[in-house]
Amino acid sequence: MSRLNDANIKIALEIISHYPRPKSALIPLLHLAQEQNGYVTREAMVHLGELVGVTSAEVYGTASFYEMFRFEPVGKYLVNICGTMSCALMGAGDLMHHAEQKLGVKAGGTTADGMFTLAHAECQAACTEAPTLQVNYRFRYKVTNSDFDTLIDDLKSGRLSDEIPSHGVVARIRQRIPADRGVGAIAPELATENPAWMNGKAAL
Amino acid sequence: MTTLDSSDTTPEVVVDPNAVSVTINGKVVAARKGEMIIAAADRTDDFIPRFCYHPRMEPVGMCRQCLVEVVGPRGPMMVVSCMTPVADGQVVNTATEGVKKAQEGMLELLLANHPLDCPVCDKGGECPLQDQAFSHGPGESRFVEEKRHYEKPIAISENVYLDRERCILCDRCTRFADEVAGDALISFTSRGNNTQVMTFPDEPFSSYFSGNTVQICPVGALTAKPYRFKARPWDIEHVESTCTTCSVGCRTVVQSSRDELVRYQGVDSQPVNWGWLCDKGRFNFESINSKDRLTTPLIKDASGNLSATSWSVAIDSAARMVRTALLSSPQSVAIIGGARGTNEDAFAWAQLANALGVDSRDSQLADGLPPQVFSLPQATIADIDTAKTIILLAPDLKEELPVLYLRVRRAAEKRTGRVVEVSPRATGLAGKAWKKVHVEPGKTAAALRALSTDAAFTAQLASGSVVVIVGRMNLAESEESVVYALAEVLHMAPHATVLPVLRRANVRGAITAGLTPRNGGKSTAEILEAAAAGKIECLVLLGADPLSDVPDADLARRGISGARNIIAIDTFITQSSALADIVLPAAAYGEKEGTTTNIEGRISNVAQSITPVGTSRPDWMIAVELGAATSHDLGFASYNEVHAAMISGVSEFASAVDTHAVEHDGVIVAHPTPITLTRADGASIERNSYDYRAVVSRKLYDNAIGTAKSPSLATLGVASAIIVNPLDVPRIGAQVGESVRVTSPRGTIVMPLQESVDVLRGTAWLPINLGGSDVRELLDVTKDVIDLKIEKMS
Repeated sequence: MSRLNDANIKIALEIISHYPRPKSALIPLLHLAQEQNGYVTREAMVHLGELVGVTSAEVYGTASFYEMFRFEPVGKYLVNICGTMSCALMGAGDLMHHAEQKLGVKAGGTTADGMFTLAHAECQAACTEAPTLQVNYRFRYKVTNSDFDTLIDDLKSGRLSDEIPSHGVVARIRQRIPADRGVGAIAPELATENPAWMNGKAAL
Repeated sequence: MTTLDSSDTTPEVVVDPNAVSVTINGKVVAARKGEMIIAAADRTDDFIPRFCYHPRMEPVGMCRQCLVEVVGPRGPMMVVSCMTPVADGQVVNTATEGVKKAQEGMLELLLANHPLDCPVCDKGGECPLQDQAFSHGPGESRFVEEKRHYEKPIAISENVYLDRERCILCDRCTRFADEVAGDALISFTSRGNNTQVMTFPDEPFSSYFSGNTVQICPVGALTAKPYRFKARPWDIEHVESTCTTCSVGCRTVVQSSRDELVRYQGVDSQPVNWGWLCDKGRFNFESINSKDRLTTPLIKDASGNLSATSWSVAIDSAARMVRTALLSSPQSVAIIGGARGTNEDAFAWAQLANALGVDSRDSQLADGLPPQVFSLPQATIADIDTAKTIILLAPDLKEELPVLYLRVRRAAEKRTGRVVEVSPRATGLAGKAWKKVHVEPGKTAAALRALSTDAAFTAQLASGSVVVIVGRMNLAESEESVVYALAEVLHMAPHATVLPVLRRANVRGAITAGLTPRNGGKSTAEILEAAAAGKIECLVLLGADPLSDVPDADLARRGISGARNIIAIDTFITQSSALADIVLPAAAYGEKEGTTTNIEGRISNVAQSITPVGTSRPDWMIAVELGAATSHDLGFASYNEVHAAMISGVSEFASAVDTHAVEHDGVIVAHPTPITLTRADGASIERNSYDYRAVVSRKLYDNAIGTAKSPSLATLGVASAIIVNPLDVPRIGAQVGESVRVTSPRGTIVMPLQESVDVLRGTAWLPINLGGSDVRELLDVTKDVIDLKIEKMS
């Protein structure tokens, strides 16, 4: 039931066609699976293994390397509050405490209505804007307690639904590469001639 | 190559373009381009410490323990020797102060999280980490923090346990599973400090080769259930031997402690198994320790029950039975079996049969091929590595000859050769096959003949050497059909060599030693038919169990019940030996010494590790005793004498005189002048489209006695079922999983219906000898093919 649905199978096959080896498509396919269910389900990993010809264990091995793939249900909005040095100095601890109070869950927990999952995060690479947080990987800078309350209220009311899609949606506009615009990469072991850049000036 | 003046008479010096010369610790070492420094260094006396490097797998540079210095233009540079190829003139130092410091540093880091629980760890005493911590470690650690903790150990399969605290993430087990076995059911999961080896959630590491990961684990992270806490390495006695579970003949070390077998380990034998074993061969030592083993001779008492007796009474009674039968005619005595013992066992029994004039002896149980296949140009297992084409006209290698499967799989994976699968269903190698000739039984020869017009196929055959692996791929199809198919292949590729894969470990040795019909003697099927007709006075079952092994239940039943007297030589009470008049307990594998002959005709030794259980004796000794009791002196009375008599008496075994070779990689038997096979008319046997043509083959874990009596293996088998193509399921009208009635001209059985795309439409695959309904009830060894009706139960 949580395998890819028919529409997503079509997209998956299109993604796979962009790569010389099917298994190279695993990461974008995992994003697709996460987009469908909000997290990567066990059945979806089995399905992806079938689609690209690797075992479920290999899919899980690849997926579990990346922090962004979640294997348990998460809220519609995943709120990651940075706790690394600059943010910590600028009050991230207090912000987290406030967030826990506001949402009524501890860091790592999900609210009962399934709207929010609150989590710690390591450095988000915006130290000059500390403290920072991300909602479904969209940045918020120099976050105060009241900023946080406004953010939560806006998310709840749907005022931000254009800007921040639900968890798992990487981009609202899906990149489509028409067949004639693909790079047409072929697997190295199947290559019969040198890549263009090796032909020196002739390649220009 | 050096250029020479034409007037110079010195022969031209041919320099191997791949030869390079490197200097390791001041010593010049010859190496080949592409070889890694560590492999070249292994040919010197200097040892480079390592954990992840394994000579039979691709290097990964995971553990960083093998750091050495390579001298470059900017001075010495630290490199990992398992990932750095040799280069001509390279100067490598493996023991400088800098190298020592680097290696000590690596070990200190590896030991940061590794628990120091060696006294309670099964690996302690034979642990590469423990050993190299002493030889190349810093002696003490600066690490005072808490170590990483995990639940320990967790079962990742029925027989393999994983202790993640001890794991040093060398990637050996995961690489083996993916690269060698092709069962990537374990993988690194998570990242950084949390990285661990893990299966997919709730999906066990159920690989036929899982035990190898335990053997190559350089720490105590992976342990095997059958060995856990059974013995300590320093209490173990080792003997090098040959596995006799199947006919591949993998080299092993048989290990025992306190006169009990505790473990088998694979030995890296270049021509055979490269150190790998299958789990069935690795763990079935449990059956030899079984409480159910026969320990004393049994004789049928007045009430018809088998009861214990002495050897003298048993041998005298057996001799009387044989003598009485011989009085009526030598044709009324027959011997079935002998392929489970050693060459010496088979030789002694063949000598006894010769002395008694018994011509009806057969070590194949109506499931083999004519011995003439040994007279075709023979291939060796190693020929698979260099063959351009490997034609599988054989049973599913993954199920029946697992370690041979690894070798063929590697050839396909490394693209050294192309695999052509000729089979009635997709086998374990289908995914690696260049060409699949899936054809329903009865039409194989015709399909192959049609291939002779396939230009791509004939060009492939002409491109280089061809190895044909030939055996009974379908027990519901006659042996003639295999011979005809083989004749077609050899007609298309006259330069092909043949690797005959007959069933049972030492079948080739037994046939070579003489346990095959001679002078018009009867084969197993003929013996059983004669017995059913009341013409067999005395039937000797030499480690054979026709009632559960002959692929024709009705014939076996009629034969066993029709034989007047049965003498069984066996290790267990089996279905057949339970009906014998006299049962003589035989010494099992590990309890006797001898030699065995594998599929390629390689003679290698099997060694004695423990005392035979009870009063059991090797088969050859029983033959000698029975000979003496029937007034025939066979001319040998000790193992050395029977071995010597065999080498001088059987010309094919003459090469076994090289004892050193026999006790290591083995020697190949001499084989007779090549014959040619005649092609049949190529007619195929048509099928009524309402019927399903039977495909009967074996799975690795079946009810074979060695598996059934090994607790660690006995639970791994599946129940019998009839498996059809998914597109045929609606036609049958029953649901998948539902019981259906299966009828052949021979009989009717009821079994669950299953589907698989590996099965051709119009055929039905029935794995044999599993729990549940007995497939053999449907089979008839006299028929070329068996057609089945499958009906929904009303």
